[in-house]
Amino acid sequence: MIQAIVFLPLAGALIAGLLGRILGHRLSELITTSMLIVAALLSWVVFFGYWFAPEAAEGAHHTEALKVEVLSWINSGSLSLNWVLRVDTLTAIMLVVVNTVSSLVHVYSIGYMAEDPHRSRFFAYLSLFTFAMLMLVTADNFLQMFFGWEGVGLASYLLIGFWYTRPSANAAAMKAFVVNRVGDFGFALGIFAAFMVLGQLNFDAAFEAVAEHKDATIHFLSWDFHAMTVVCLLLFMGAMGKSAQFLLHTWLPDAMEGPTPVSALIHAATMVTAGVFMVARLSPMFEASEVAMTTVMLVGALTAFFAATVGLVQNDIKRVIAYSTCSQLGYMFVALGAGVYSAGVFHLFTHAFFKALLFLGAGSVIHAMHHEQDMRNMGGLKDKIPLTYWAMMIGTLALTGVGIPGTPFGFAGFFSKDGIIEVAYAMGAPTGYIAFWALVIAALFTSFYSWRLVHLTFHGKPRWGQAAHGHDAHAHDDHGHGHAHEPHESPNVMLIPLGVLTAGAILAGVVFHDLFFGHAEHVAHFFNGAVAVVAERYEAAHAVPLWVQWSATIAMLIGFAAAYEMYIRNPSLPGRLAAANPGLYQFLLNKWYFDELYDRIFVRPALYVGRALWHGFDDWLVDRTITEGIGARVKDVTTRVVRLQSGYLYHYAFAMLIGIAALLTWAIAAGGLMK
Amino acid sequence: MILSDHLLTLITLLPTLGALILLAIPGHSPAAIQLSRTVSLAVTLVTAGLSLWLWAQFDATNPGFQFVENYAWIGESIGWRMGVDGISILFIPLTAVLMPAVIIASVNSVHSRVKEYLVVFLVLETFMLGAFATLDLAVFYVFFEGTLIPMFLIIGIWGGARRIQATYKFFFYSFTGTVLMLIAIMAMFWQAGTLDIQKLLQFRFAPEVQTWLWIGFFASFAVKMPMWPFHRWLPEAHVEAPTGGSVILAAILLKLGGYGFIRFSLAMFPLASAQFSTFMFVLSVAAIVLTSLIALVQTDMKKLIAYSSVAHMGFVTMGIFSGTVQGVHGAIFQMISHGIVSAALFFTVGVVYDRLHTREISAYGGLVERMPRYAFAFMVFTMANVGLPGTSGFVGEFLTMFGVFQVNTWVAFFAAFGVIFSAAYGLWLYRRVVFGALTKESLKGILDLDRREALVLMPMVVLTILFGFYPAPILDATAASVNVVAQTFATAIGAAPAVVGSAQ
Repeated sequence: MIQAIVFLPLAGALIAGLLGRILGHRLSELITTSMLIVAALLSWVVFFGYWFAPEAAEGAHHTEALKVEVLSWINSGSLSLNWVLRVDTLTAIMLVVVNTVSSLVHVYSIGYMAEDPHRSRFFAYLSLFTFAMLMLVTADNFLQMFFGWEGVGLASYLLIGFWYTRPSANAAAMKAFVVNRVGDFGFALGIFAAFMVLGQLNFDAAFEAVAEHKDATIHFLSWDFHAMTVVCLLLFMGAMGKSAQFLLHTWLPDAMEGPTPVSALIHAATMVTAGVFMVARLSPMFEASEVAMTTVMLVGALTAFFAATVGLVQNDIKRVIAYSTCSQLGYMFVALGAGVYSAGVFHLFTHAFFKALLFLGAGSVIHAMHHEQDMRNMGGLKDKIPLTYWAMMIGTLALTGVGIPGTPFGFAGFFSKDGIIEVAYAMGAPTGYIAFWALVIAALFTSFYSWRLVHLTFHGKPRWGQAAHGHDAHAHDDHGHGHAHEPHESPNVMLIPLGVLTAGAILAGVVFHDLFFGHAEHVAHFFNGAVAVVAERYEAAHAVPLWVQWSATIAMLIGFAAAYEMYIRNPSLPGRLAAANPGLYQFLLNKWYFDELYDRIFVRPALYVGRALWHGFDDWLVDRTITEGIGARVKDVTTRVVRLQSGYLYHYAFAMLIGIAALLTWAIAAGGLMK
Repeated sequence: MILSDHLLTLITLLPTLGALILLAIPGHSPAAIQLSRTVSLAVTLVTAGLSLWLWAQFDATNPGFQFVENYAWIGESIGWRMGVDGISILFIPLTAVLMPAVIIASVNSVHSRVKEYLVVFLVLETFMLGAFATLDLAVFYVFFEGTLIPMFLIIGIWGGARRIQATYKFFFYSFTGTVLMLIAIMAMFWQAGTLDIQKLLQFRFAPEVQTWLWIGFFASFAVKMPMWPFHRWLPEAHVEAPTGGSVILAAILLKLGGYGFIRFSLAMFPLASAQFSTFMFVLSVAAIVLTSLIALVQTDMKKLIAYSSVAHMGFVTMGIFSGTVQGVHGAIFQMISHGIVSAALFFTVGVVYDRLHTREISAYGGLVERMPRYAFAFMVFTMANVGLPGTSGFVGEFLTMFGVFQVNTWVAFFAAFGVIFSAAYGLWLYRRVVFGALTKESLKGILDLDRREALVLMPMVVLTILFGFYPAPILDATAASVNVVAQTFATAIGAAPAVVGSAQ
């Protein structure tokens, strides 16, 4: 069954990609989408097995994961790596997340991309992405994970740059790939270091070896370090790139250049959570390094805060949600850093539903607005696109974490996000408290920018009648041309996925709360060894003071009230605030100036050094000075040679041949004489 | 059976036999040219078939030399000795299989002196195959050096505008290097009394002698690879060479250097190799990092790929002189993979060069609009060049870095920067050539791959992906011999240094 789940999307990608022009767009869409739906249904079957009877699920015998060997891969010396599909609870969760969202996005794209001339290519890429992601989550060794890791990077690159005539899309695609490569730089070194320390690259064997080497040191570069810390920090660098964490986040907002369904699938629900998955998967290793755990937590907290601040002032509807994603990923890392892995995975799980919902909802808005993405040109859309409106409302309620603390009533985000805030507090001083306050403030900001988005888009007076449609989204896909410029509700093929995700955004938290973040015993039973479950951490998190339990809800209410005040009751206030604090506003609007900074300290120097090496070293020093200097009047010779006709080359070649023969003869003769 | 007893000789000499047949075809009429093409294609195809048969017959579990032929030739000192082991076996099919592709591709790109072009290529094939297959150092030298002549002619006659300067530079660098190698070879003969490679591999040279011999061979191989800073001839030669010349240069001739480093430097002078390993690491890392940065700012497609070749060869030398199983294994894999991928990249540049007669990157843009199949093939090769897992380019890079990490983490650390830079220059090239809007007037009528071009490129697409997912055919064939080389090296230099310590 696992083979079918993983390889059906690949089959779909190959069929649509290679035969797309023969089959036509409609057939390509139907084939890939139906393959994905089957894969999604099978994933749920697998997941049900782990849900109801983790120890009796297919092939699983007590903490022993199901492993299906597919093919041998790299065997060299003591290194032996094969293509293996591994299934345990963590994988089963990811299978459900990936295939559910992917199949819904496939369905949605049939409507969203209906007029694109390259649809079959689009669907091939979507399915290819899904395959790579599935290879990542079913990996049984570091290298297969790396394969999936880079594979999703490739698919992301292709999909961000899908509208290849737009220079901005091409730039964003390249940026995403290269920035991810910076993370992979760490990932690759981490793999080498892991092998050096543990002697294994297969997960189970490596995890077993951790106990033996947890105090080992490694001579890395010129210093001796605690081995597991080096390994985990290097690997975490990869996670930071893929999950767009602070310093390596710059690619994610730009990735919004891709079609919106792509943003929902790759840049919200699945690929960007790969870093979270990686740390959860490697939890036995991270457990061996306190420094690494603290780093994970602080990076997560910083990202959650930083991205939320930037999200406050963005005007592009997709960019707001992108920063929100970045921020929510930070929450997940905080949970991981606190050692409560299942809580991080829980937020990954719920977030996939409501964030995909928000993105697809935003796509529906953009579709309705004929590819307008600037919220300043929206407003009052509530009655024009009521179904989209309600879907977005549910998504917002789930993201902001609406619910009543102490009761089982709440939307998905309420359970998972508030859980993480409690986990952070339970960690205690000092890192736990830092993370706690960062997350609470981020929760306030989250609530503010989410409601700001809703108000600007759906409430208030319409601002789209008079606004000029100068957005460059028109450049390529002339989606709206020929229609009246009146917002219109999306077709059913787009609304049905919204409906399914709405159900997920409402239910995912309440139904699965106990499995992921209930009593430690239940969690341990459900995960069955797939991630480390330390009971005391759960008990501490469940025993936090009442004000901590309410903190997130209060932050959420303040954010809501502030957004209501600024965008409904007193709409001129935001402008005045921005005018009063121009420095801060520009700082946030320009995303803390990271792009400018990186351009100055990395991109331009690299190009400068490249040119200097080329013209200065290669051309001037090596060519003109050394080659021509040492070559004793080579210049004269060259000039003379240039004057020769090419016919003379035969003579030269012949002369060389004679020369070789002469030298050789001499060699033999001399050799013979010496003997 | 006479065929299998002399298989290597047959494979090596068959192309020259083909060249002789071509010379017998009279005149330069279209019919004669057509016949020449057919004959050379047939000859190279038969050679390729035989080389694949050789690979199939090769016993991968045997680390020693196989298909050995040994005839005295000039006294006792020089013999016609042939044989392959895991180090050399794969270069034979790589060379032989690539040749028909070059012959096919020449139909579109070569229109003057066609018969001579084919003759020169067939002679070159013999030299290359001979250099990999011979077990006599003198014969190796002749073949190794001999490859210069046809290449010299290919660039000098069928090359671009600045071809004379390029050939001169090519000749100047290569010849200077090989003179030093020749001296080293003579010195080896005086020391060991034989030029039989099998015997030389068993001979222990004194440590101080090793140093000098190593330097002699280094001069030749470092230029051939080419290693930084002896790489300057390569971009020039590539830019001026016709497509077929670039393909063979990048895919096969550079590999003679890597092959030589393993066969001679590492296996015969292990002490000197260990002694110079830091030096080699520095040059390798310089190649990976510095030439990648240079590649980033190139405006000529061929130059960009040429500089990227230098960077990729940096991984090879780094892997070889790590002396580890994975390092050497990865170096061989990287050479085979680069043989496929760089050849394919030069073919892809050739495709658009044949249409527009310019290699300037800025002359292109938006090709995907009219050339979707071309864009697909180019994407696969770009990703392989970038080292994406699932393509052959990944396995070699991974194994060499893996191997060197065990010996020196600084080297792996710097080499890993190459992973970032290769993505930057590779994707940037692709973006400027293939993506974007197709607005240039000269590109409006450009045609996608024709059947002949697809016939050349698509098998390479398949191989690139196949070896990425299933590298076993290459890794298995080489494993036994690599283990022996690495083992011998380790024994010669004593115990390997420990990088992981324990707290106890």
